[in-house]
Amino acid sequence: MTSPFAYARATDEQDAVRLAAQPGTAFLAGGTDFLPLWKAGLAAPSRVIDIGRLALDRIEVRDDVVVIGALARLADAAGHPSIRRELPGLAQALLASASPQVRNMATVGGNLMQRTRCYYFYDPAFPQCNKRNPGSGCGALQGYNRIHAILGQSEQCIATNPSDMNVALAALDAVVRVQGPKGEREIPIADFHRLPGSTPNVDTNLKEDELITAVDLPATPFATRSHYLKMRDRASYAFAIVSVAAAIEIDAGNKITAVRLALGGVAHKPWRAQKAEQQLLGKTADGKTFQAAAEEELAAAKGYAHNEFKIELAKRSIVRALTTVMGMPS
Amino acid sequence: MSMPTETVEIGLTVNGRSHRLAVPASATVLDVLHDCLSLTGTKKGCDMGSCGACTVLLDGRRVNACLALAAQQDGREILTIEGVAKGDALHPLQAAFIARDALQCGYCTPGQIMSALGLIAEGGAQNRTIGDAEIRENMSGNLCRCGAYANIVSAIVDAASSPA
Repeated sequence: MTSPFAYARATDEQDAVRLAAQPGTAFLAGGTDFLPLWKAGLAAPSRVIDIGRLALDRIEVRDDVVVIGALARLADAAGHPSIRRELPGLAQALLASASPQVRNMATVGGNLMQRTRCYYFYDPAFPQCNKRNPGSGCGALQGYNRIHAILGQSEQCIATNPSDMNVALAALDAVVRVQGPKGEREIPIADFHRLPGSTPNVDTNLKEDELITAVDLPATPFATRSHYLKMRDRASYAFAIVSVAAAIEIDAGNKITAVRLALGGVAHKPWRAQKAEQQLLGKTADGKTFQAAAEEELAAAKGYAHNEFKIELAKRSIVRALTTVMGMPS
Repeated sequence: MSMPTETVEIGLTVNGRSHRLAVPASATVLDVLHDCLSLTGTKKGCDMGSCGACTVLLDGRRVNACLALAAQQDGREILTIEGVAKGDALHPLQAAFIARDALQCGYCTPGQIMSALGLIAEGGAQNRTIGDAEIRENMSGNLCRCGAYANIVSAIVDAASSPA
């Protein structure tokens, strides 16, 4: 099943980008997503470029932004004092990710690129998967679809993005910095991941010869009052069935002056709940308002044979996450 | 700019001993421990990072050896279960696993012990008492199909409160 690959270690960012110009090349950082994909036969590069030693693991705190290097380990980002204090929702999402062992290896950049855990994608014994084999169909549509999408899906693909971190990044207005052959560019987190549409084989808008170098978290009035709620089938080390990253700012009269909501486990990309946000903005922060916003966001949701429950679960999770951030000190 | 190669020369310190090895580019640390160094105490369970049976300490931090590519580890230090005891003297955590009967079949035990060593080290210099719930959460990367979890938690509590 597995096909051997050649190995080279990049000396710097330019070297990495240059080496990636050749087709069949994959960047390798922590390896925690790549190696299972490779062992399952889902990734078969002819060569890997080890970027693990590039000087991209720093976490830099400035007045207006926290810059997390792409090679920062999830455990190190989660434990960073400024991230815990200024971006609690992100720290919680990182700590809710995977296991302690994996968090010691996995990187922030790699987590942005994490592939879906859809059973039909991950096991080549299933003949149908448009993500793995475009045009072959979607095994999940009529199959066992408990973990699958309820928002933004297409007839071609109902897979979900499995990352916790991405959901928090979506709520915190993160910007992904990438280096390509023609220099650097910035990709707002909302534009980084894609909905499946008719090309579910393409997860992100990152080009093959582009290297993620950092994630910027801008200072916002709501970041310190952020929270990540993860619902899963066991207490720890499981992917989200539904998750919510919420952040809020309220004025002295309890009116909502800024709010961010993003959902995980429900879509092909971290789902920024903009309809709910619009509902909430300017309203009094209370349970009734939260419930109405949740109803609005999930009005267009579509469930399948085994995941209809996610629609109600997502609504309740939104209300609970917003109630939690209201209880946090501003 | 380095050229891609099928075999990679690496230096590894394993349980205090230095090794120079030529490893296949696609070999994991787990495979190298077994196939090149005959250290079979580190177990291959799922080989996909889900069970924790292959947990080792890499530069002092717990990782899944099945998810670590050997070629990437040049110059690093690895501690496996074989390096935990001092001669015939068991590490206090090993002794606690025996005293608490924290295993049945024993297949997951090397990974449980290495993970718990990593957990205790992560507690840092504060030397604070770790509660049961925190241990359960922080040992969630290690599965025990025999279900010895209650006694594993007790053994870790014992070892964490009596410094090595």
